[in-house]
Amino acid sequence: MSTQAHAAEHHKESFVSKYIFSQDHKMIAKQFLITAMVMATIAMIMSILFRLQLAWPGESFSALSFFLGEKWAPDGVLDPNMYLALVTIHGTIMVFFLLTGGLSGTFANLLIPLQIGARDMASGFLNMLSYWLFFLSSAIMVASLFVESGPAAAGWTVYPPLSALPQSMSGSGLGMTLWLVSMTVFIASSLIGGLNYIVTVINLRTKGMKMTRLPLTIWALLTTAILGLLSFPVLFSAALLLLFDRSFGTAFYLSDIFVAGEALTQTGGSPILYQHLFWFLGHPEVYIIILPALGLTSEVIATNARKPIFGYRAMVGSILAIGFLSFIVWGHHMFVTGMDPFIGSVFTFTTLLIAIPSAVKAFNYISTLWKGNLKFTPAMMFSIAMVSTFISGGLTGIILADAALDINLHDTYFVVAHFHIVMGLSAVLAMFAGVYHWFPKMYGRMMNMKLGHVHFWLTFVSGYGVFFPQHFMGLAGVPRRYYTNSEFPMFDVFIDLNVLVTIFAIVGSFAQLIFFFNFFYSVYRGPKAKQNPWGSNTLEWTTPVEHIHGNWPGKLPVVHRWAYDYSKPGKENDFVPQTVPLEEGEIDGEH
Amino acid sequence: MSLLAIVLTILGIVALVQLVRVFELGAKLRGNTQDSVDYNGNKLNGKLWLIFGVLYFAFFVWLVMEYGDKLLPVAASEHGAVIDSLMNFNWVILIIAFAGTHILLFYFASKYYWSPKRRAEFITHNNKLELIWTTLPAIVLAVIIIYGLTAWNNITDEAPEEAVNVEIFSKQFGWTARFAGTDNELGESNYNFITGANPLGVITPETIKSRIEDIKEDIERIEGNLANAPEGGLREKELSKELDNKKRQLQTIRTYSRKNTVEPYRAGDDDKVVTGEIHIPVNKTVNMHFRSQDVIHSAYMPHFRAQMNCVPGTPTRFHFTPTITTKEMRAKTGNEEFDYVLFCNKICGAAHYNMQMTIIVESEEDYESWLAEQNTFTSVETAENRSVNEEIEVEKENNDLATTK
Repeated sequence: MSTQAHAAEHHKESFVSKYIFSQDHKMIAKQFLITAMVMATIAMIMSILFRLQLAWPGESFSALSFFLGEKWAPDGVLDPNMYLALVTIHGTIMVFFLLTGGLSGTFANLLIPLQIGARDMASGFLNMLSYWLFFLSSAIMVASLFVESGPAAAGWTVYPPLSALPQSMSGSGLGMTLWLVSMTVFIASSLIGGLNYIVTVINLRTKGMKMTRLPLTIWALLTTAILGLLSFPVLFSAALLLLFDRSFGTAFYLSDIFVAGEALTQTGGSPILYQHLFWFLGHPEVYIIILPALGLTSEVIATNARKPIFGYRAMVGSILAIGFLSFIVWGHHMFVTGMDPFIGSVFTFTTLLIAIPSAVKAFNYISTLWKGNLKFTPAMMFSIAMVSTFISGGLTGIILADAALDINLHDTYFVVAHFHIVMGLSAVLAMFAGVYHWFPKMYGRMMNMKLGHVHFWLTFVSGYGVFFPQHFMGLAGVPRRYYTNSEFPMFDVFIDLNVLVTIFAIVGSFAQLIFFFNFFYSVYRGPKAKQNPWGSNTLEWTTPVEHIHGNWPGKLPVVHRWAYDYSKPGKENDFVPQTVPLEEGEIDGEH
Repeated sequence: MSLLAIVLTILGIVALVQLVRVFELGAKLRGNTQDSVDYNGNKLNGKLWLIFGVLYFAFFVWLVMEYGDKLLPVAASEHGAVIDSLMNFNWVILIIAFAGTHILLFYFASKYYWSPKRRAEFITHNNKLELIWTTLPAIVLAVIIIYGLTAWNNITDEAPEEAVNVEIFSKQFGWTARFAGTDNELGESNYNFITGANPLGVITPETIKSRIEDIKEDIERIEGNLANAPEGGLREKELSKELDNKKRQLQTIRTYSRKNTVEPYRAGDDDKVVTGEIHIPVNKTVNMHFRSQDVIHSAYMPHFRAQMNCVPGTPTRFHFTPTITTKEMRAKTGNEEFDYVLFCNKICGAAHYNMQMTIIVESEEDYESWLAEQNTFTSVETAENRSVNEEIEVEKENNDLATTK
């Protein structure tokens, strides 16, 4: 009741409470998006810097000295320590800040209240806190780039002892401490956000919004939040114990170490323990990234194919199955750590099981396109592309899940290609789809479609151009995280291919300028959006274009049907919003 | 240069602004608004999907043709051949799935582009289809799982008794190997025993004795310094911590010393420590034991399809049987320079990219005679000649420095 009264009031807000410490979920979504875009730009520039080194090892580039200075790029040549720092921070930002905080933060905040018919999140204050902790952790991560001894450089998984011993590499000094502090704050943000999403979906659905009528976006975001809630605390403790090992002389992860001419006194710890803890989060984490991406894709494909999503129940079932299985597969990252081969075979088994619900999803997407009437909005293009990358990258996962095959592919470029396509590229494409699709909802204006299409084709083609060839390098045994391959004559055959990959990476990065331009131009100058520009069924398009507190001016909408009545026979329009009551004898949902 | 970049960026933005204006004006003239995609755009993008699909497959085929024969040569180990056929089996299934799904995806995308004259068909689900595409992957995966796990279990089975025992020891940034010698048993080792002359920390009665002497000297020296250090200062704190550590180390070594009086550590005497290049016999199982001194490394031998992490504090092992000698492989690949190589495949610090060791596979006779030439541990590391050796080391280092300068 109080929120309703609040909505009716329409009181004037100060700049600070409207744009900075806002408790409105729509504003918080935009804050997450913009922060994530800034972070992603940093990570993208980093990838160009290390790609330059990989294509032309030891060459001098003014771009390198411009961004890194004399210390980390003497005479324009990248320093090996800085190379490792770049790949580390690139991975950290992309995985956590863009595709976890950015993706879930933006779309869970925007869509959960709007699609379930709620005035706002269950707790506006916690929601605001979640964003500001995210902002704080981003700021700490960026600050760590300017530390004298360099940012963290032990890879985005920061395995000890490398990350625990400042003697072992320059990046394991203050930069590493800041990395851990930043991640701890990030996890707090994630947990607060996730808890809020779960509570909101369970408690604040509007009248008639049964769980079986939820759009797939909400199912995906809900499952994601549950995964995060159960797995992030484990990373939290892993990071905390690592901090203890680094700063207070404990030995959770350290044993029998002789470094820098000195035998350390720590004994009894195990570096492998850290890996178990890390991947207990780390594996669900990749589903924390891909499930929202699949959710957004489902919604965009159904809307623009003007056709119900094929097999709604199977889709929900596979989201839940993937969510559950994601907790019992973490060991497949550790096949060659020397763990008991029997445990290895258990993880091979559970990991390969995930292929089944994933295949179901892929088949359902393809069937949704079949006999549809496809409107190729930029969002739709990105979504179809996402289905392609999800399949291409997912299939190579079947090889890596096989412990016997992983022996020879572990930590090679084959792994780099696999996860960049199935998780990185897929999730980024889906996030673009989400931005193009819900831009009118966020900013009340339309983005330019032609530029969107140009952006799409450049991004998609260069995405595959960057990562697809890397499978071949991996099959030849080229290890990841090598500053240069020139120490090994056997890798000389890939010199040209590395140049090709870098060219694609540069083209792909410059293509993002088109996106940034289109985005910011449209925020201010784009044509005004209609209330329901895509002819969509879901509730967010029944709210007014101008954002108001409480989302709906009058009473909350009442839901009468599922979200996928597109092109239903006997209806005048090719869409029937969820708020339209069922006619007599009309069947709701799958039939 | 950077000025040029700035000018170009500004020009690019201006061009984009103009482009958007043209688009918008054009759309207005044609009577289209932004809120619906025009028919032509849909048809064009539909066609582009098909073209993209063709190009994607062409790219794949080009990569296979161009690089297919530049990947790893035929597996040079027994289990490697199993892994390769398992891999090929997987590839057949995956390429069928990859091509099948992508053909459908791109075909549907190009065929069903939007037209105002059509209406999409209202198809919500099909239980029969769902059942088919759940069970079909399940059956295929069951085969993959059974095949894969059989291979995995065979590969990770215990090594046979008569296998050649070799220790592979990693540190930032290099490899050291240790052969078990005539008793085919690796002597015990501990990181507290690591010194310049005993890089692997092998324990023998002699090393115990010399370590105890060394550390006692260290303790005396530190105590002397501590007496001279100003009280309450940082230096005092550092020194007393160092003293603590040394005393603890002494305690550990004394534990070994006590055990030594019961049963002397003799297994390490005939061990052979080798750096730079190792030789292993063909058609004989090699059981590799991995240790690491500082951080996690990974011993990767792609030609043998073998890899295992080296974890400080946790010994690991992996065994394989080489089947092709270096000479044979040189003939097979037509590359006279070819060498088997072991390199690091777990990020380990700044020089991670250059941490390698050559492996020579040869006939058992050749291997035996190579091994016979290597010095045993005791012949190098004894209390008497240890200091001499250290002097030689220092001299060698000085010479190296001089030559590099």
